[in-house]
Amino acid sequence: MPTRPSLSAVAAALVAASALSLAAAPAAAHDKVKIGLVSTLSGPSSALGIDIRDGFLLAVKLNGGKLGGLPAEVIVSDDQFKPDVAKQLFEKNIKRDKVDFMTGVVFSNIMLAALPEAYDSKTIYISANAAPSSIAGKDCNPLFFAVSWPNDAYHEAAGQFANQKELKSVYLVAPNYQAGKDSLAGFKRTYKGQVVGENYTKLGQLDYAAELAEIRAAKPQAVYIFLPGGMGINFIKQYVAAGLGKDTTLLLPGFSADQDVINPVGPAMAGLFNTAHWSPDFTNAANQKFVAEFEKEYKRVPTLYASQGYDAAQLIAAAVRDTKGKLEDQAAVLKALRAAKFDSVRGPFKFNTNQYPIQNYYVRTVGSDGKGGLINKSFNEPILKNHGDAYVQSCPMKGG
Amino acid sequence: MAGVLVLEQALNGLQFGLMLFLLAAGLTLVFGVMDMINLAHGSLYMVGAFLAAWLVGLTGSFTLGVIGAVALTFAFGMALEAGLLRTLYARDHLSQVLATFALILILNDGTKMVFGNDLPLSAPAALAGPVELLPGLQYPAYRLLILVVGLALAVLLWLLVQKTRLGALVRAGASNRTMATAMGTDIPRLFTVVFGIGAALCAVAGALLGPLLAVQVGMGENILILAFVVIVIGGIGSIRGALVGAILVGAVDTLGRTLLQHVLREFLPPQWASAAGPAFASIAVYVFMAIVLAVRPQGLFPARG
Amino acid sequence: MTRVPSRQLLASVAVAAVAIAVPFVLDALGLDFYLSLASRIIVFAIAATSLNLVLGYAGLVSFGHAAFFGLGAYVTAILITEGVQSGPVHLVATVAVAALAALVIGAISLRTRGVYFIMITLAFAQMLFYLANSVKGYGGDEGLSIRARSLFSIGDRVLDLKDPFALYYVALAVLAVSLVALARFAPSPFGRAVLAMRDDDVRAEALGFPTYRYKLLVFVVAGALGGVAGALSVNLQGYVSPNAMHWTQSGRLMVMVILGGVATVWGGAVGAVALLVLEEALSSWTEHAEFWTGFVLLAVVLFARQGLVGLWTAPARERRR
Repeated sequence: MPTRPSLSAVAAALVAASALSLAAAPAAAHDKVKIGLVSTLSGPSSALGIDIRDGFLLAVKLNGGKLGGLPAEVIVSDDQFKPDVAKQLFEKNIKRDKVDFMTGVVFSNIMLAALPEAYDSKTIYISANAAPSSIAGKDCNPLFFAVSWPNDAYHEAAGQFANQKELKSVYLVAPNYQAGKDSLAGFKRTYKGQVVGENYTKLGQLDYAAELAEIRAAKPQAVYIFLPGGMGINFIKQYVAAGLGKDTTLLLPGFSADQDVINPVGPAMAGLFNTAHWSPDFTNAANQKFVAEFEKEYKRVPTLYASQGYDAAQLIAAAVRDTKGKLEDQAAVLKALRAAKFDSVRGPFKFNTNQYPIQNYYVRTVGSDGKGGLINKSFNEPILKNHGDAYVQSCPMKGG
Repeated sequence: MAGVLVLEQALNGLQFGLMLFLLAAGLTLVFGVMDMINLAHGSLYMVGAFLAAWLVGLTGSFTLGVIGAVALTFAFGMALEAGLLRTLYARDHLSQVLATFALILILNDGTKMVFGNDLPLSAPAALAGPVELLPGLQYPAYRLLILVVGLALAVLLWLLVQKTRLGALVRAGASNRTMATAMGTDIPRLFTVVFGIGAALCAVAGALLGPLLAVQVGMGENILILAFVVIVIGGIGSIRGALVGAILVGAVDTLGRTLLQHVLREFLPPQWASAAGPAFASIAVYVFMAIVLAVRPQGLFPARG
Repeated sequence: MTRVPSRQLLASVAVAAVAIAVPFVLDALGLDFYLSLASRIIVFAIAATSLNLVLGYAGLVSFGHAAFFGLGAYVTAILITEGVQSGPVHLVATVAVAALAALVIGAISLRTRGVYFIMITLAFAQMLFYLANSVKGYGGDEGLSIRARSLFSIGDRVLDLKDPFALYYVALAVLAVSLVALARFAPSPFGRAVLAMRDDDVRAEALGFPTYRYKLLVFVVAGALGGVAGALSVNLQGYVSPNAMHWTQSGRLMVMVILGGVATVWGGAVGAVALLVLEEALSSWTEHAEFWTGFVLLAVVLFARQGLVGLWTAPARERRR
């Protein structure tokens, strides 16, 4: 044996030394992937967070408790619809539980308050819903990936649909927060008719008597609302109760006509048009498996939130798989995430340079599911094809 | 059709005001007669709403559910008073604040443990549509029900306080407790009944507003503060004051937030106008209270002579 | 009774030593996540102490104290958002705004008494709450996030409150100064006058004390200190929302004071520690932390009227009989 250390011995020593130094850091050589899932699991809009969680956990379960080959530990907590609670939960997941990814938040305002925790600690955030315009544009961040749809997109699609149906005047309602503003801006971007009213309500507001009186006074041909969760359910019920449904067309974005709204509102939903990037009746293999397994596991039809949670898990799985579990190499993880090599339940999916999706958007209508209930059915031809977002130009990230 | 708009908003304000009255009435009685600050009053409203949602779900009948909820909350209120709250009458306001604050926590989480975080409650199907009050003014039938029930209860309470023996005892207790005791009133039993009535009124409000708002844990906190504002404006211990105060507050709040928005929208972007309008309306309510406190601190219709 | 019993002095020194050691101990145990909890406790200890001054010593049941806390947080957050990062500027602005608000609110509210005082302080706090909700430019009801923090230059070194250690020690220093000041206030002539006014202000007035002015002074000082706590809080959280001014937050501060011990030097601090530690501990064991917290508070009201500090000093009080 030569007295000088052999190459393999040096290599072994180097590996050992780097392994030891990495062991001191939180992101040591990974034997499992830890994900912090913070979402709204209580209150009138809890159905949304619950679906994201259930979709995510279903993906993990169908993969045998693993994502991309590594056992997955998902730490779920409830932000109670409060930004400061979300912030503290993020801090807990990142600093105490030392997660590899954060995900799950439903509402943009809550997510925007909690994100700095992730950014400051260089933790990757996969958004399973909120995707505000600010992060699509000037505030874009390499650690942020939106696996849902840019906040404006459903509304741009709806505006386009309103043009198609030749609706000359529209009254707009949205809650007074970033996503609300984005939504109506999106609608106005594509819509060519006249906007006769633009009313921002309080986030979480449930009694719309005042707004409905205004709508009645303005006499629009159509009403377009962005009211997620419990807000939408209440609005639609009160809209019908106020007798407005007869003369005015109610146009909705997908989540205000999803299964979690259809069930409580009931027959009044039949025939309502809405726009979305996904529908439970999509025929691609990934979706058929997803919907069937979801209905089997949870005994209900998935909403698009569930599809997003499921896709978020799949995206993470793809990144873990493609980096062969070496999550400590964040550059490689980010590259794998950007490549997004997974079978999305929505069909074709790819990321734009700002890490927001480029995808198709469809019109859906609420119809009979053949079993006495109601479900969404999509039109085959997308209303917007390979659609990105309007803010990508302001994002300094240029891909690669 | 500005006239129709104002009329519709006025009806909304009246509806809100009447529900606020139901809460304020109970609160003013408890405060006036027993001199106790009860922060947990809003929680009784929540308990009433949850019981209604649960019973309606159980029986399938809205009427049965609401009546059942009111009865159960009446009993619950009396049990709470006799079991715990009466030990607080002799204590200072600060201790009452702490104890009833603790009670809010217990009731909030307790409700969550029994019923979960929220329960669905829908208006009866028969009332799900509109009623044509005037040509061009269609008002939701359910809200009309609330108006009718609110007004009926206001009349009933007035009759109770003005025309019955119980009401006379309450008025006596509110204006001069020591004298009332000296005259032989069974004060403890009176207090228990008064508290129970207050709780029952909360339950009516909670059950009726349930379909419009959401039956969820914590729903009492915001409306509680408004109820306190109402009784300060109206005069502590006075039912009449509670009614007038509640309608005024309801009107200022509702009309303020809608009309102000119209004005603000002329020179502010819609998002700002939409935020500022309701905020200023709420501020206006508190400014109103501050003015009443400065000019006529005993309230508009003081109970104490 | 101007001499602090030596038992108390030893206890104070011991507590101070523990408090100073906390960050190092947590770091050594790898529990640095809990440092932000410790800092949060210190910040609320300051806020509760400021409320104790007004509530315990002056006997003014102010139900709107969270408004000053929120104001301090907002002033600092707005300055940072506008690019002003200097810590001393934040401090001066916070104290100035909070003190001014307390002056205005106090001047009007102190003309009322009893339950009306409670209601009017509550009203003012709610007005500020709704005002914060209306200002869309600074977050409105979504709240305001800040990325940077207050900076203090000491010689040629810069103390950035983004560093958890720095924040903790600055907050601890503020708390220490407040407690020492409070300890000297109670036995001082001014302090004794205020206590006399609390117990019977008609008699105090008859004896020639300017009750209104003294109460207003106490109210303003308490408000300013509450504002400083708020400024520290926004440095800790990086976020402020109108909820910080909501009446339930004022209620929480009152709970801390009453829990700890009204009109005692350590009452606010002890109450803050007790409530926050209780909540954190309970929430790790059970989903129903609120429920048990409520029971503990109820027990304190019913059975430990002097608060936790009262339980500690009870033997001393017994001995003095």
